[in-house]
Amino acid sequence: MIDQVSVAPEKVIPPAPGSPVAAEPRKQSTLTADVWRQFRQHKGGVMGAIVFLTIIFLVVFGPYIHGVDPSALNVRERNAGISLAHPMGTDNLGRDTFAQILAGGRTSLSVGVTAMLLSLFVGTTIGVLAGYFKKLEGPLMRLTDLFLALPLLPLLLVIIMLFRDTLRRSFGPETGIFMLIVFVIGITSWMQTARIVRGAVLSVKEQEFVLAAKSIGTRERRIITRHILPNVLSPIMVSATLGIATAIITESALSFLGLGFPSDFPTWGRLLFDGVNFMQINPSRVIWPGLAISLTVLSVNYIGDGIRDALDPRIRGR
Amino acid sequence: MSLEGAMARPTHHVPSDETLVSIDNLKVHFPIHKGILRRKAGAVRAVDGLTFVIRRGETLGLVGESGCGKSTTGRALLRLYRASDGKIVFDGTDIASLEGDALRRQRPRMQMIFQDPQASLNPRMTVGAIIAEPLVEHGVMNARDRKARVRELLDAVGLNPDYVNRYPHEFSGGQRQRIGIARALALDPEFIVCDEPIAALDVSIQAQVVNLLEDLQAKLGLTYLFISHDLSMVKHIADRVAVMYLGKIVELADVESLFADPKHPYTKALLSAVPVPDPKIEASRRRIILTGDIPDPANPPVGCRFCTRCPEVFDRCQVEEPDWREVQPGRFAACHRVEGGEASSAT
Amino acid sequence: MFHYTLRRLMFAVPTLFVISFIIFALLDLAPNDPTGNLPLTIPPEVREQIRMSLGLGEPFHIRYLKWLQQFFIAEPLNFIEQAFGIEIGNSAERVRIRSWATRSPVVDLIVERMPQTLWVVGMSYVVGILIALPVGIISAYRQYSWFDQIGTFVSMVGFSVPTFFTGVVLIVVFSVYLGWFPSIYDTTHRVTGWDSFWVQVRQMILPVMVLALYNAAQLSRFVRASMLDNLNQDYVRTARAKGMKERVVLLVHVLRNSLIPVVTVIALGIPTIFSGAIITEQIFRVNGLGQLLIIAIQGADIPLVQTLTFIFAVLIILCNLIADILYGILDPRIRYD
Repeated sequence: MIDQVSVAPEKVIPPAPGSPVAAEPRKQSTLTADVWRQFRQHKGGVMGAIVFLTIIFLVVFGPYIHGVDPSALNVRERNAGISLAHPMGTDNLGRDTFAQILAGGRTSLSVGVTAMLLSLFVGTTIGVLAGYFKKLEGPLMRLTDLFLALPLLPLLLVIIMLFRDTLRRSFGPETGIFMLIVFVIGITSWMQTARIVRGAVLSVKEQEFVLAAKSIGTRERRIITRHILPNVLSPIMVSATLGIATAIITESALSFLGLGFPSDFPTWGRLLFDGVNFMQINPSRVIWPGLAISLTVLSVNYIGDGIRDALDPRIRGR
Repeated sequence: MSLEGAMARPTHHVPSDETLVSIDNLKVHFPIHKGILRRKAGAVRAVDGLTFVIRRGETLGLVGESGCGKSTTGRALLRLYRASDGKIVFDGTDIASLEGDALRRQRPRMQMIFQDPQASLNPRMTVGAIIAEPLVEHGVMNARDRKARVRELLDAVGLNPDYVNRYPHEFSGGQRQRIGIARALALDPEFIVCDEPIAALDVSIQAQVVNLLEDLQAKLGLTYLFISHDLSMVKHIADRVAVMYLGKIVELADVESLFADPKHPYTKALLSAVPVPDPKIEASRRRIILTGDIPDPANPPVGCRFCTRCPEVFDRCQVEEPDWREVQPGRFAACHRVEGGEASSAT
Repeated sequence: MFHYTLRRLMFAVPTLFVISFIIFALLDLAPNDPTGNLPLTIPPEVREQIRMSLGLGEPFHIRYLKWLQQFFIAEPLNFIEQAFGIEIGNSAERVRIRSWATRSPVVDLIVERMPQTLWVVGMSYVVGILIALPVGIISAYRQYSWFDQIGTFVSMVGFSVPTFFTGVVLIVVFSVYLGWFPSIYDTTHRVTGWDSFWVQVRQMILPVMVLALYNAAQLSRFVRASMLDNLNQDYVRTARAKGMKERVVLLVHVLRNSLIPVVTVIALGIPTIFSGAIITEQIFRVNGLGQLLIIAIQGADIPLVQTLTFIFAVLIILCNLIADILYGILDPRIRYD
């Protein structure tokens, strides 16, 4: 049986039935394109992406369109309702709430994204090292467990209380607090990412193409960057989106407890904190920042859900 | 050695007498950790003292049941696992003790083809990048030469060179295996370990891939270690065959002698299990069925490993482990029932 | 199983000590002066004396060891004495951790405020679980039905909206506009009879609902995911093929397997709700441990902060340990020995 079929390799084997003859160059079907196609089908994810991009657009370009200074006092117009000039009303000192929300959005979002990037970087590095190098796995995972056992909110509050003044003196009030809060959130939220990345690295490491790379003689550093990292992108991306949500909520919580940004640099949490005292008279001061936070976090969570589903090979019709 | 120059060679390969790889008492033990402090409590003796040679230009088949240590042997030969003991002499150099850059320099000469065509290709790299990776790592070519070489390799394994920018998931299983072969050939190796390369393929595709391997061997003068549990395929492609059981080789012979006249009881049982596609013969054939369970590789039986299941066992088997002996010129076996010959080391 | 537990314990204890060290060291770095709030007329020597009496004069490691000794030996002894009405050793001489602000022992403050926190937090967790389990199970069973879609949306909203916002909104709606529930927690209220109990319930409803909704949102998604994982397994198909009643298949086979990770998540979530209580107690002005922590931090009352933070840490480690052991007991695959 097997002796009869013989193929001389100089002859070109025709392509598998069904695939087009290579006359015109075929559109590349990369993994990214497949994932994008699957993501588009996830209604929640798409809605979330639209909402999130709208918020970013508003926050970045809104102040130029709306043109009102958020710190301009206009006591005569205090506690005004919704009007064309003040789409969200004013606070007790006459400051325009909409302008404050836009300005606060810039701070909150930049803190959220930067803190997420920091925690992603730390988490991924630790996860990859722990997953790939067996000797490092023990100590690094114990370190992760240690950080996970720390009571975060109390410690965050304590650290901010301790170092707020020193940083403010060294770097100026705005940058100092920004750095402190970003650092503090980043240092305390990398553990989930590290655990997930380590799990993914452990499973990718066992696959045969990694063994093949070793048999070729590829150096370890290249194996990690060329083979391991591209294949653990999915949990990293999901962690990234969820990290933004966590960072924004944590920053808002800190501001709400009075230990975040000072009152001259509004963030959404700070606006909420300031508005609580005037809740009875002017509930809109509390509603708008809260809605802004909730909407942003909700949209980011939906995006994360969509990405997670799109990257799951079982759901993707393969 | 370019492929065009090699085209002029005859298509039937003749294995030489020169030894390419010589393995002496190779052992690969995996430690077991137990207890609160995870102390070493024993070892899984996956490969437990192999001694044989592979001659330049030949195809040595390595067969045995699942879990007998065939794949571990192949990987240990390529230093993908660390040998716990023994020597692996590749063309004069003992690679079992090499490390770092010295080991890296030897790697282009010996490559591997893997069993699972899907898992052995990085799904995020294009086919061209996968095949070019060996060239990039041991970089002597510039980008243009590399591209040309990749196209040449794709052509040699029978794929359209225009597919260079496609991803592995766009190919069928047989095509992916060809890509794996192309990658293995990239650095002009002398020795290729084929670790069950056709086990995951359809039967018709198996034939194509095996023929491709044979043609490449004839043209490029390759030496193969063909690991498989498909005895009929091994009969077709191999020059000599080694039979493994529970980490040890029990018999080694040229292919015709082994299939015509097996000496070791395990080989006899294995061969009797291969179905013959002729109903009359199959109905009247007497099959040797082994009783008992495969022993635990962490705790092999005292004496001959096969003694718990051997149909020809007698009292000496359970006490004394048989020597690896050359019972006839070119035929080795480890069994107390087999007469003749002296205990041998690697020849 | 025993080895597994032992190994977990072996890691928990050193972790506890390392964390205590971190907390103590961190707070010790504080450029804080407990006498800073005292009137300026007090002469420096007296200030120095006050500082000495609060134990600030000695080097770091002595203070650390003293604090450890106070926390692990002195306080439990006191507790035993008070609980059983006996005397152990020389209790009058025993040095206790004292708050800088109120001069009273830290443990007394904590014990005084613990019941409120436990009530609110405990109730909210129980209510949250009671909501999450059925919602998650039904959502998974009828995947993609309208119940599932709405349930998923509500869950997403539930854990995206921060607790401080929901709390504030609930106050605005139910207290300000509708006037059904009080917005401020009456801390002096004592439950003496049925009426006062009902008043207590009314004032607890808002904070409990805030935390319960948050917990339920997270937990229900997890229950749903866990149920879905199991509903698609082959053994469910086999059970149905055997002819078992759907209710039996669901409640006996699928639920039992799905609940294993859920139980551990519940155990692991206990420390989180204590953290969540910090915020809720601020909004509703409940006089619990969370409020105590904020007051202590704002007032730079270091011993109180140290002890409270350390208690949180002990809680986290204990819950992790319980979760790990529970998981080992419930899931036979985990006990790799």
